[in-house]
Amino acid sequence: MGSITLKQVTKSFGDVNVIKPLDLQIRDGEFIVFVGPSGCGKSTLLRMIAGLEDTTSGTIEIGGQDATHMPPAKRGLAMVFQSYALYPHMSVRNNIAFPLKRAKVEPEVIEEKITTAAKMLNLTDYLDRKPGQLSGGQRQRVAIGRAIVRQPSAFLFDEPLSNLDASLRVNMRLEISELHKSLNTTMIYVTHDQVEAMTMADRIAVFNGGVIEQVGTPLELYQKPVNRFVAGFIGSPKMNFIDVQPSAGDATHCIGVRPEHLQVTQDNGLWTGKVGVIEHLGSETFLHVHVENTGTLTVKTDGECPLKYGDVINLTAPQNKILRFDKAGNTITTDTADKPAISSAS
Amino acid sequence: MNTNNQTKAIYTILAWTISGLIFFPILWTAITSFKTEAEAISSSPSLFMFEWTLENYSDVLARSPYFEHFWNSIVISVGSSLVGLLIAIPAAWSMAFVQTKRTKNLLMWMLSTKMLPPVGVLIPIYLLFRDTGLLDTKLGLVIVMTLINLPIMVWMLYTYFKEIPHEILEAARMDGASIKDEIFHVLLPIALPGIASTMLLNVILAWNEAFWTLILTAANAAPLTAFIASYSSPEGLFYAKLSAASVMAIVPILILGWFSQKQLVRGLSFGAVK
Amino acid sequence: MATTHSRTLAKLMLLPSVSLLLIWMIVPLCMTLYFSFLDYNLLMPGDNAFIGLMNYEFFLTDPAFIESFFNTLLLVLGVLFITIGGGIGLAILLDQAIWGRNYVRIMVLAPFFVMPTVSALVWKNMFMNPVNGLFAHFAEFIGVTPVDFFAEMPLLSIIIIVSWQWLPFAALILLTAIQSLDREQLEAAELDGAGPFSKFIYIVVPHLSRAVTAVILIETIFLLSIFAEILVTTSGGPGYASTNITYLIYTQSLLQFDVGGGSAGGIVAVIIANIVAIFLMRLIGKNLEG
Repeated sequence: MGSITLKQVTKSFGDVNVIKPLDLQIRDGEFIVFVGPSGCGKSTLLRMIAGLEDTTSGTIEIGGQDATHMPPAKRGLAMVFQSYALYPHMSVRNNIAFPLKRAKVEPEVIEEKITTAAKMLNLTDYLDRKPGQLSGGQRQRVAIGRAIVRQPSAFLFDEPLSNLDASLRVNMRLEISELHKSLNTTMIYVTHDQVEAMTMADRIAVFNGGVIEQVGTPLELYQKPVNRFVAGFIGSPKMNFIDVQPSAGDATHCIGVRPEHLQVTQDNGLWTGKVGVIEHLGSETFLHVHVENTGTLTVKTDGECPLKYGDVINLTAPQNKILRFDKAGNTITTDTADKPAISSAS
Repeated sequence: MNTNNQTKAIYTILAWTISGLIFFPILWTAITSFKTEAEAISSSPSLFMFEWTLENYSDVLARSPYFEHFWNSIVISVGSSLVGLLIAIPAAWSMAFVQTKRTKNLLMWMLSTKMLPPVGVLIPIYLLFRDTGLLDTKLGLVIVMTLINLPIMVWMLYTYFKEIPHEILEAARMDGASIKDEIFHVLLPIALPGIASTMLLNVILAWNEAFWTLILTAANAAPLTAFIASYSSPEGLFYAKLSAASVMAIVPILILGWFSQKQLVRGLSFGAVK
Repeated sequence: MATTHSRTLAKLMLLPSVSLLLIWMIVPLCMTLYFSFLDYNLLMPGDNAFIGLMNYEFFLTDPAFIESFFNTLLLVLGVLFITIGGGIGLAILLDQAIWGRNYVRIMVLAPFFVMPTVSALVWKNMFMNPVNGLFAHFAEFIGVTPVDFFAEMPLLSIIIIVSWQWLPFAALILLTAIQSLDREQLEAAELDGAGPFSKFIYIVVPHLSRAVTAVILIETIFLLSIFAEILVTTSGGPGYASTNITYLIYTQSLLQFDVGGGSAGGIVAVIIANIVAIFLMRLIGKNLEG
């Protein structure tokens, strides 16, 4: 069983608390992504689950069993590392066979499993090569192959795609998602790339400064971020934040509008600004609009955009797409109807 | 192209001349070892035009137990390197893979023991060896050589181990490898080139060590350094025999050294130069 | 970054090295220190009375000590100067495109593998001998009086021999360092208008500083304790003209059997080495880490 439960787990190096008391329930068969900026504790937590780091306090249960103090080898987990961590002196075949040999599996069974895994991962022709003779993508596949043959109760991925070039990354993303669908095994995937998180995850846990800010499905995080950090971290291009003066009866300190929700209008909108740099991506266009007293707003608009550098335009956004944050940065979640409308006077 | 070839030719001549001069004493020793004694001290020495003879070699072999000294050198240099590796590998493993705040200081301290001048401990070691019967024994020299080269071994292995990504060892741990598996199936095979060059450098250093080997040995355990020292006088005046003995003392290590010069650079510079 | 389990294991695995080195350093050193306060001579069995700092007084005021101290200094600095200067020159030369570079490198490297006793004896007898040595033959050939090297310039002769042994080491390390120089840096400098001289001063030299540091460190360790070369050539003479501290202490301890005096000398040598070490450690601390 691949359910993993973290109860009040903490980690400190000396006086530094890298992970503050944290609870998380990972369901069997779930694809969960830990995402956050570097140094937020996501990799440390993954390594704690793997058993490569001590847990300072709290418990880690794997498949209902307390595994807090188990050595990594006993936890029945498999891990794919950022650098692939292949054994450079062994052929691909022996790399994949290594965990099986450690588990004293019969040679015929090992052979069979290698063949199956190689077929699945398109590695059949490379079995007798050394990792040094493979491309980045192939190495990544070998690392995955080494992980799947053990039939672990969960897979741990530590930024597995960050060493690959952009197009390969997209392919591997699909392959890993495909793998999850066919194996149906729990996967914990650590990344700093919110696009990977959004595209692959069943659920996402957003980390910041050693705490989980929010756990939820990709759409939940996109639509209902609990605070300014999550709102800014999820979505690309980044959400626009505009500071506002709080007024009586309204605690809003800051509002957030996603670039894709800003619209260019003819008549007076909420903001007026001058078009700066225009980035044409073909399918869409990003406008960087300088609004006086507010800053630069990013606008995502159609691929065919007639605007030019220096044009003065008006921007608006549907009231129900505007997020409001209080002084502490938390999202204010009363119904839209109760809130005073955002006006250009801000 | 032409000027390029011209400069190349000039540099080539210059380089060959200078390196030829540097190498000449060794070449000259080798040539003299095949001359008769009369020829060797001739005031119009000849490079090749003389009667080649092997009798110096047979004289040296007949007069002194060369093979005994040779064997002593082998036992002392290889023995101390092997024992040293056995002690140094675990230490280097610890420092490279389980770093703490103290690791750097510990390494510096180890290196600083190399700075302890041998004369600072000469008398106690001599007396201790005399009293424990280790004087003039191979075992005694293996112990001393191991200890004086241990810091270099740890340091060298540390620099090699540090280049092995942690993640590979962690992957092995995740794959169910025990500490023993981790060391024997993963660490050692990957680090083998580094271990081999560490071993090699130490064999060379121990083979050529000429303080303790001269002071702590007499007839029984004397390695080749001490054997040659016995030619200092008056036999040193017999150039041809001195040459033959010298050639026999340096050839094994010369070949070993040439064979492995690439790996030596790193080790010799404590990993400062790769 | 590891678990408690592996940290415990790590300590255990460090134990043999650390304890052996500690014993190797501390025990004999303490014994030396103890002996240095005694009137202890192996030839004169007595009660080995405690005589305080007398041994130090004798050792430090002995003109031989002053002479050998400066000899040690000259020997180390002279060899460092020759090997690093020559090493840089050789390294630059060997870095050029030349025919048969591998053979050249093998020839240059060879002296490093020659044991000190062999090189000292070969140089002393076959080259520097005033009657039958090759230099003497050469001097006669061009019509000048042959030099009696070990009588007239004993220390310089030893410096020449030791430099010959260590030049290959310096050259090889520096050559490797030059070869690891980023060619794009040189090209960028060329685009910025740097000539060969300024390229050398501003790019090659700073790049080499790390390697030079390593060479200085390692050579100094070995050069402070030069022994065999002196033993088989001059035996420290004439007088004390080619005696260094190591050799002086050796004669006092094992030729005159003056354990007390030799020990005091040993402690002085340790203190000198420590002063040098602190200086060098500063140097590497700065250069090796960067």
